[in-house]
Amino acid sequence: MSAIALAATIGWDRDDMARRAALDIPDGAYVNLGIGIPEKVAQYVPEGREVIYHTENGLLGMGAAVEPGEEDPELINAGKKQVSAIPGAAYFHHADSFAMIRGGHIDICVLGAMQVSQGGDLANWSTGSADAIPAVGGAMDLVAGVKTIYIITQHCTKTGEPKLVKSCSFPLTGKAVVSRIFTDLAVIDVTPEGFKLVELAPGVELDYVQQRTGCELIAAD
Amino acid sequence: MIDKRVDSVTQAVADIFDGATVMVGGFGEAGSPIELIHALIDLGAKDLTVVNNNTGSGHVGLAALIENGQVAKMICSFPRTANSTVFPDLYHRGDIELELVPQGTLAERIRAGGAGIPAFYTATSVGTPLAEGKEVRNFDGRDYVMEWGLKADFALVKCARADRYGNLVYNKTARNFGPVMATAANTTIVQTGAQVEIGEIDPEIIVTPGIFVDRIVTIANPAHESRLVNEGRTYP
Repeated sequence: MSAIALAATIGWDRDDMARRAALDIPDGAYVNLGIGIPEKVAQYVPEGREVIYHTENGLLGMGAAVEPGEEDPELINAGKKQVSAIPGAAYFHHADSFAMIRGGHIDICVLGAMQVSQGGDLANWSTGSADAIPAVGGAMDLVAGVKTIYIITQHCTKTGEPKLVKSCSFPLTGKAVVSRIFTDLAVIDVTPEGFKLVELAPGVELDYVQQRTGCELIAAD
Repeated sequence: MIDKRVDSVTQAVADIFDGATVMVGGFGEAGSPIELIHALIDLGAKDLTVVNNNTGSGHVGLAALIENGQVAKMICSFPRTANSTVFPDLYHRGDIELELVPQGTLAERIRAGGAGIPAFYTATSVGTPLAEGKEVRNFDGRDYVMEWGLKADFALVKCARADRYGNLVYNKTARNFGPVMATAANTTIVQTGAQVEIGEIDPEIIVTPGIFVDRIVTIANPAHESRLVNEGRTYP
């Protein structure tokens, strides 16, 4: 059995990863969620916590996806999906929205990744290939400005290459910006000493994760 | 008497000239001034530099303006959009220039341009390819790159309500780049869903004060880009 097939059968699925990340979002946090698996985090924040979601196109207090028939093409999120606004929400223009980001007012941002280095560098916007059209959106602003950056990503690429690496080969989104990584196999912190295991997915061994990580993984305390 | 209202989108955009820099409001379809863009297609001004977060979708609005060969250069943060092949095709052929700017830096460059600030420093993009060639300066132990303020000859903006002074309020997340673009253009042209009398908009809630606006045209039932795209519509 190949490593890829194995990876699909053990560890956390996409919803598990979002659920696990949601546990680390404290009550009262202002949070920005990236497109893809990070969007799912909002569904899993534990009951009793009040979390305000920021979407950088200009809404604080983003609610759930809209019911069919209630869509408004002028009420969308950063992924351009139609969303709802909670009671108490606020709209604002783009410069104010990025003042919230750049000015350090957003507590946590959850993003996807192509690569994360052991020093916390993030690559998630471009492969750097010559025929790709570069598109960055707000990713560089978010990682430069938000206090805590969480990453949710598969541990390896579809072809089995590690995404947690010694140094990123893809163009960077930001340097030394990532705090914690939630993968299908483990929760891993970026520390001054490098990647450090926080928690393994059920049924996953440290060796298994280490074999799929591009540099040394420090065992949990 | 101050009255910035004009009768038609044709009149509103009539003086946009070849080679102009045009800021176009909107994030995706939200806030896209699609009727003003279509009037600009009718006008035919070319060699434009267009500032927008994206590059449009389908074959209407901004994508149609690009497809019509009127845009020499895009300044944007995210030129890839679902349903958009117009920009990618031109870009791959080398027929359109792209200046890629992080989204918040784009917003702040426009804000700075409108506020008379020629340049500023931001930590966004430090250590990435988008900082290459830019001045870097260290403040309190952290590196920042210098970014230039951005101004334009024209801004095309969509709002919900306007009075004849040009005081504007917007609709939900359609506000996005409108308020900053209105400040940064020599001539700001607004399409509004409704015109109201002076004094009807509570001064406490005016988002764009009229000083930043030059022309207003009423489009009571504006088209929505996604609906046109879903219907397979093209412009012209």
